[in-house]
Amino acid sequence: MSIEIDVNNVANLAKLSLTDEEKAVMKSELGAIIGFADKLAEIDTSGVDITAHIVPITNVLRADEVTNQPDRDGLLANAPTKADGYMTVPRTFE
Amino acid sequence: MNITELSLAELSEKLHGKELSSVEATKAYFEKINAVDGEIGAYIRLTESVALQQAENADKILAEGKGTALTGVPYGIKDNICTKGSITSCASKMLENFNPPYDAFVTTKMNAENAVMLGKMNMDEFAMGSTTENSAFKVTKNPYDITRVPGGSSGGSAAAVAAKEAVFTLGSDTGGSIRQPAAFCGVVGLKPTYGTVSRNGLVAFASSLDQIGPVARNVEDAAVVLNSIAGHDSLDSTSVNRIYGDFTAEMKNGVKGMKAALPKEYFGEGINPEVRAAVINAANEFEKMGVEIQEVSIPAMEYALPAYYVISSCEASSNLARFDGVRYGYRAENYADMDELYKKTRSEGFGKEVKRRIMLGSFALSAGYYDAYYKKALQVRTLIINGFNSIFENNDFIISPVAPTVAYKIGEKTASPVEMYLGDIYTVPVNIAGLPAISMPCGADKDGMPIGMQLIGKAFSESTLIRAGWAFENR
Amino acid sequence: MNMINNYEMVIGLEVHCELGTKTKIFCGCPTTFGAQPNTQCCPVCMGMPGTLPVLNEQVVEYAIKAGMATNCTIARCSKQDRKNYFYPDLPKAYQISQYDLPLCENGWLEIESENGTKKIGITRIHIEEDAGKLIHNDRYGTMVDCNRCGVPLIEIVSEPDIRSAEEAVAYFKKLRSIILYTGISDCKMQEGSMRCDINLSVRKKGTKEFGTRTEMKNLNSFTFIQKAIEYEYARQVYEIENGGVIVQETMRFDQASGKTFSMRKKEDANDYRYFPDPDLAPIVMSEDKLNKLKDSIPTLPDERKKAYIENYGITSYDAELITSEMSVADYFESAAKNTKYPKLLANIVISEIIKLADGENGAIAIEPLHLAQIADMQGSGEINSSVAKKVIKALWDNDEDACEYVKKNNLGQINDENVLNSLINEAIERNPKSVQDYKKGKVAAAKAIMGQVMGATKGRGNPLLIERLLNEALEALK
Repeated sequence: MSIEIDVNNVANLAKLSLTDEEKAVMKSELGAIIGFADKLAEIDTSGVDITAHIVPITNVLRADEVTNQPDRDGLLANAPTKADGYMTVPRTFE
Repeated sequence: MNITELSLAELSEKLHGKELSSVEATKAYFEKINAVDGEIGAYIRLTESVALQQAENADKILAEGKGTALTGVPYGIKDNICTKGSITSCASKMLENFNPPYDAFVTTKMNAENAVMLGKMNMDEFAMGSTTENSAFKVTKNPYDITRVPGGSSGGSAAAVAAKEAVFTLGSDTGGSIRQPAAFCGVVGLKPTYGTVSRNGLVAFASSLDQIGPVARNVEDAAVVLNSIAGHDSLDSTSVNRIYGDFTAEMKNGVKGMKAALPKEYFGEGINPEVRAAVINAANEFEKMGVEIQEVSIPAMEYALPAYYVISSCEASSNLARFDGVRYGYRAENYADMDELYKKTRSEGFGKEVKRRIMLGSFALSAGYYDAYYKKALQVRTLIINGFNSIFENNDFIISPVAPTVAYKIGEKTASPVEMYLGDIYTVPVNIAGLPAISMPCGADKDGMPIGMQLIGKAFSESTLIRAGWAFENR
Repeated sequence: MNMINNYEMVIGLEVHCELGTKTKIFCGCPTTFGAQPNTQCCPVCMGMPGTLPVLNEQVVEYAIKAGMATNCTIARCSKQDRKNYFYPDLPKAYQISQYDLPLCENGWLEIESENGTKKIGITRIHIEEDAGKLIHNDRYGTMVDCNRCGVPLIEIVSEPDIRSAEEAVAYFKKLRSIILYTGISDCKMQEGSMRCDINLSVRKKGTKEFGTRTEMKNLNSFTFIQKAIEYEYARQVYEIENGGVIVQETMRFDQASGKTFSMRKKEDANDYRYFPDPDLAPIVMSEDKLNKLKDSIPTLPDERKKAYIENYGITSYDAELITSEMSVADYFESAAKNTKYPKLLANIVISEIIKLADGENGAIAIEPLHLAQIADMQGSGEINSSVAKKVIKALWDNDEDACEYVKKNNLGQINDENVLNSLINEAIERNPKSVQDYKKGKVAAAKAIMGQVMGATKGRGNPLLIERLLNEALEALK
């Protein structure tokens, strides 16, 4: 399976911006890695269930009780920009 | 007495016996770090004032005759494990100034036992890599040969233990990141069964594969540290709630009558002949001790590596999406709008390997490709788990190499990502199946570079591995 | 609204409902509305590095109750998935939701439409986490508040069975009423705890294929839902009739103008790259657990409605009004047990009690037994309807035994013909002009005299009796 990877589309999904040169390198590197991953197609997995969780635990639940105290200063300490108790970013259009 | 030569068990005995104080031990370690780390670069950041405060507290407790095996013991912790009040950078520009307002579960455990944190260990950025060359800040050198890599991603953790810059360290292992550097640096590294050590506070790389584990000078030390960090955590939904017991309880019981397997697929092409010879030799040593060795086959093993790169990259692409410059971490300086803020921040904040894996993961999850890659990899995972399970029906543990080579030169493998990935071939299946494994020295090559072997057990059989490892160490 | 050129509208609603749990879905932060920004967050709901989600048990139970109350099949095995996209109100850059194994599926509810009772299908109900709030500001740009991040939501997706704005509103109202009965949410639309996205397309009546649909998001009032649908329907029809093409996109409904506008975002349709969240364990439901949950759901509006109609002879319309709020329905049932005149009681509840309760946030200040007494007294003629109203108002301020109150205040209806006739004669003597007008044929003139007679009785006169006696007296004068 030889796939044309749409590097522009993937970069946009991943919110990365690449120079033209980076795009070319990325395309070839990803192509090589995907080619390597294509090996998966060789093995027969018909009728095989997926294992999404290795540990066969279910129903990991917690009680509906408040356990957290407000700590706005602590939580916002690492914010790049903030004002009036909010984090701030450029104007986003709804 | 050369303090930094003492193992964990030895040092703890002396601390409790009041022959030595924690402050003395801590100062000795900082002296050692000063002397050698300029060259080795195992530490990304030292935490001297915190350490000395902790050492003083530890001494108070020891003076009262209280404390545990780790009280007052100086250690290092990989820089992707959150330490409240101390920067946790994951060796990335993205988190260069990130100071978490919370401790990881394991950090809390270390603090509860009054262990002494010397500093944060260098690593491949966001744990992606096998050489620690992907750190955004510095390169760590292998203490056996400073022109070679220490392995990765827990390269700093392994190098520090090898160079005696810490009694033990904590690392993380997603595809071999504790075991391979331990092998490259001639020390012991243990990856616990998935779900044994809480991932709360470990900056996630691949959620279904990551585990924190000890890097130590010998098997007993690793077991003692594991005792402290293993345990159920209600804040981690993948943490397994069971009784973990004392991992050193059966340690000296010997291995006579046990059965060990050598998987055919692990000794095929591509393995360095000296490495192969050392591991086969180790198997022979086990045989001499009364272990029945047999060859087995895990056919799905061939697909473990591609499955690993798909699963880990997909999960990583999602886990690293939160690094967007909004609430914490790096933010680009110039941006016209939100889209630019995201793109510039992430492009400037992440290194090459991280970007590569994010792209790979985003691609494999994207519309039209999910079935062929992620879903397929999860099916292959089932086959690998089944393959291991059938081996463990008749065997107590598996013996295998850790890596196909010894530590190679710095800069040697950076050109080809695929070639670099192939080095993970023996460690990765263990993460995919969630099994425990210990990596320990079993020889050296003609240049004196350490060769490690891997003992793999079925789920929650760390005690068996520790028993086998100790027996080998003390044969 | 009338159909334009035989185009029918095809509507599906996606309703997001905030669950009234004490804490968020994945962390122990409180969910109370209106707190200062970023004071109800923690590293988990802010998506800080290394943090992990743990599912709130109550969220699962509430979601299942919603499914049971809408006739859904409850999944015995369910899981949570990551929906990946970037937005400043989404801390992890993914929302934990449910993709292919939701908790509830294949339900329905009934609405009353112009054409009678109609079933609207419910495709699925799943749990997910809410995003934060963004406040747009000239000075700072966009300000991010994470208080709402992680507040638990259920998303209720209807089948595209809705064919008019009225049906859409009826569905939304009914859904809200049912959810209020289950007690899982306060459904306060002004606070955003219940919001509605509308998917609308049009097609010529009789065609089977669906047209391209647009989506209008976050409508939070019945009026806006109606207006938005009417506008968008017309817009789509005119677009098609004029040779245009409907683009699948999100539309913004402008409240001031009543129009919809394309949002034309920079991004194309998002590829959410759903995959099972590896941090969360699957949810498995036992029969035992499900039975317990089912038992905890009170009798729902439609069932009660049926009972009222059958047992008390109340009209469907009135029953619908009484059952729209569970507190009113419960109250009515308590009172109805104790009166011989349940139909009259229903009228009283609808015309007086509901209004008064509205002003008190739903609290009904008169004991059901007392209201039953009032119904009995009015029904038997012991008091007239305007006295009944007075008594209700008085008891609302100061509740007591209604019979006692009537006795104490001498409010019994005057049915004595002699007494009434003497008052009528007095009034006739006092109003010669009105009498003249009446003789001339102005029947309405009698009303003025009637008013005076009623006044003379201090409102206690039996109005029908007075009317008859007065007419007799006036006729006798002709």
